[in-house]
Amino acid sequence: MDALELARAQFAMTSIYHFFFVPVTIGTALLVAVLHTQWYRTRKEDYRRLTRFFGGLLLLSVAVGVVTGLVQEFQFGMDWSAYAKFVGDVFGAPLAMEGLAAFFLESTFLGVWVFGWSVLPRGLHLASAWAVAIGSALSAMFIIAANSWMQNPVGYEINASTGAPQLTSIGDVFSNPVFMPAYLHVLATALVYAGAVMLAVSAWHLRRGGPDAKVFHRTAKLAIWVVLIAALAQFHLGGKLGQAITVNQPMKVAAMEAQWETCQPCSFSLVQIGGYTPDDPPTKIIQIPYLLSWLATGDINGKVTGINELQAQYAQQYPSGDIQYYPDVFVQYWSMRAMAYFAGLAVLIALWGVFLLWRRRLDDARLFHRVATWSVFIPFVMGTAGWVLTENGRQPWIVDGLMLTKDGLSPSVPAAQIAVSMTVFFLLYAVLGIIAAVLMVRHTKRGLPPEQQPDDPGERERAPELAY
Amino acid sequence: MDLPVLWFVIIAVFWTGFFVLEGFDFGVGALHTWIGRDEAGRRAAINAIGPLWDGNEVWLITAGAATFAAFPAWYATWFSALYLALVLVLVALIIRGVSFEFRGKVDSSRWRSTWTATMVVGSILAPLLIGVGLGDLLAGLPIDASGEFTGTFIDLLTPFGLLLGATLLALSLLHGSTFLAVKTDGEVRDRALRAASGLRWAAAVLVIAAAAATWSLGGRTVLAAVLGALSVIGAVAAVVAIGRRRDGWSFVATAVTIGATVAALFAGLYPDVLVSSTDPAYSLTVAGTASGQYALTVMTWVAVVLFPVVLIYQGWTAYVFRARVSSRAALQTTIPAA
Repeated sequence: MDALELARAQFAMTSIYHFFFVPVTIGTALLVAVLHTQWYRTRKEDYRRLTRFFGGLLLLSVAVGVVTGLVQEFQFGMDWSAYAKFVGDVFGAPLAMEGLAAFFLESTFLGVWVFGWSVLPRGLHLASAWAVAIGSALSAMFIIAANSWMQNPVGYEINASTGAPQLTSIGDVFSNPVFMPAYLHVLATALVYAGAVMLAVSAWHLRRGGPDAKVFHRTAKLAIWVVLIAALAQFHLGGKLGQAITVNQPMKVAAMEAQWETCQPCSFSLVQIGGYTPDDPPTKIIQIPYLLSWLATGDINGKVTGINELQAQYAQQYPSGDIQYYPDVFVQYWSMRAMAYFAGLAVLIALWGVFLLWRRRLDDARLFHRVATWSVFIPFVMGTAGWVLTENGRQPWIVDGLMLTKDGLSPSVPAAQIAVSMTVFFLLYAVLGIIAAVLMVRHTKRGLPPEQQPDDPGERERAPELAY
Repeated sequence: MDLPVLWFVIIAVFWTGFFVLEGFDFGVGALHTWIGRDEAGRRAAINAIGPLWDGNEVWLITAGAATFAAFPAWYATWFSALYLALVLVLVALIIRGVSFEFRGKVDSSRWRSTWTATMVVGSILAPLLIGVGLGDLLAGLPIDASGEFTGTFIDLLTPFGLLLGATLLALSLLHGSTFLAVKTDGEVRDRALRAASGLRWAAAVLVIAAAAATWSLGGRTVLAAVLGALSVIGAVAAVVAIGRRRDGWSFVATAVTIGATVAALFAGLYPDVLVSSTDPAYSLTVAGTASGQYALTVMTWVAVVLFPVVLIYQGWTAYVFRARVSSRAALQTTIPAA
């Protein structure tokens, strides 16, 4: 592998891994704040125990999420210094804002919340839980704004002397048509992750039975609704994002549908074999007429421009000439379907849960308990596929239309160094991932913290149970 | 003051704040297993920084992001030049960061000693290597006319970089000891003071050497002189205060020393941001690497509004958790058996 392939593989690996923990953190922080609020309002012991229990899972997720986030920030300078130098004027601003506006908030108040149980007045303690939830959600906002700029650069002009983009309107960066749907889509995704984790844990306890099962019924119910609503919202917002991309990154949409020729109206293929290269005719197995037009443009007779037409147009338009302007079509086609089909699976499982809730049979539905527990993997496949779709679909550009990925690489870093760091991070991440997963399972099996009487004097002494 | 200079100052403030705050976290992480003789003592030491360390580390993230945004060419050249060193820094910060969370999760002494070891190694490597990376800015790296690093890993190990790394490591250890003296009681406090007492002379000698080297390498301005002198005065004050077991003043003195040492580096560095050892004409400068006026204006507004807010709530956090951590209470935080 050359330096470019290694650096890309490293960025892909570390980003995918980082995003295992990010949505769990964002969504769980929000759900923990909700549980904490319930405890604050009702003073029911169940909610205190649930808040602490899910708080413990949150902390494990945050621990790995934060340290792997450092790698993400540093990598721009380490592996992609030409990119960093080229785009820093625009792309750096949302990253710096993320630190000041969001990450300080999240990290500082996480410490306050964890150690604040017996120190803070109840109201302030609850507020710190919300500060964590808001901080982590805001953090994603700035990161998605930066990412959206790579997908669809706006609010800049090219500096005549350096040839690099210079920020001219921060308002345009935050009103990028790709940004808002992408950000809300990610927030909904985070809730699907967190809901699925909460549902898996709760279902496992419902299946095991015992005194905790009654308490976990509450979170099973909450999680079923969260997964259902968030997954539906995700479809809706994903659709909005898709339409914004059809306008701003048409090649990404054409490639994810393996749509070589321009079509109007266009049908959506559920599954196809072949058709991933220009000279290989596809064997479409199942097609739904008009669906692609509707998904891509919001109109059942909408037009989707094909890869070949866009390729010819870009070869004329860009100074890089007649190079390949479309990404790996196979990866694009199947990442889109993996994302959408797994999201659909999440909806079906949530609907099953809603049905059981309606029939009041949730507590005895043993098959559902088992399926819901294993469903914890669904969002991870879905979310990973979503990012592969987004980032692979940007290729060959690192910033759409402005800089090719191959031109973003650090000129001074030899491939061997990237190979070393890739190996180091791979091994370290593998070990951390296994440990974090084992600890999460242990935490789940251990169940709820013990019950306390309202005026138990032991509260103060035992309080820092979430402490190290 | 024009905006690039303002942002150079802001970045210097982030790095200074990072070492003043995270410096004691590094020190506590590195020394907790010696200062805490038993599990209760170790846990008291870790819990003393527990509510704070995560927020403190954000100063580093913000310093990095601000450099990226305000001086893209500086960030690009510096981070790619330090490649392998930064891989080590990241490994150190990762193993250290997860150690805090993982260490108490399984009730077995082998498990705990594993994460104690990673916490110690990470907490020693991080300030040492970050110190080397900061020192290299002033010591100079082989940078060519196009602003690219042309050296190898060995070129990163400049004498001044190594001196600054050793100084920041020693100061972090000392700062961590004085922090624990302020924040714990009983035997842990005694042992923290003893550790500080043992470290103070070595740290003071290194601070004086680093101040002298910074002065001889860097720009000789009034500010650089004041900050260099402040670091030396702080170190002497720390030696005296620790000798008299005045824990509050010791902590203030080590905070001033570590802060002034980092700030003096940036004062000496200005108007360069990364010196070229190939040819001084190739050195990256504040003016030459800064982002455009508009981007800096936007970020200045964001910083002016948000930075004071951050300072207020981080200060409030320190106030909320001002009580000394007792090792008796720490023992009772034992995790219930699975």
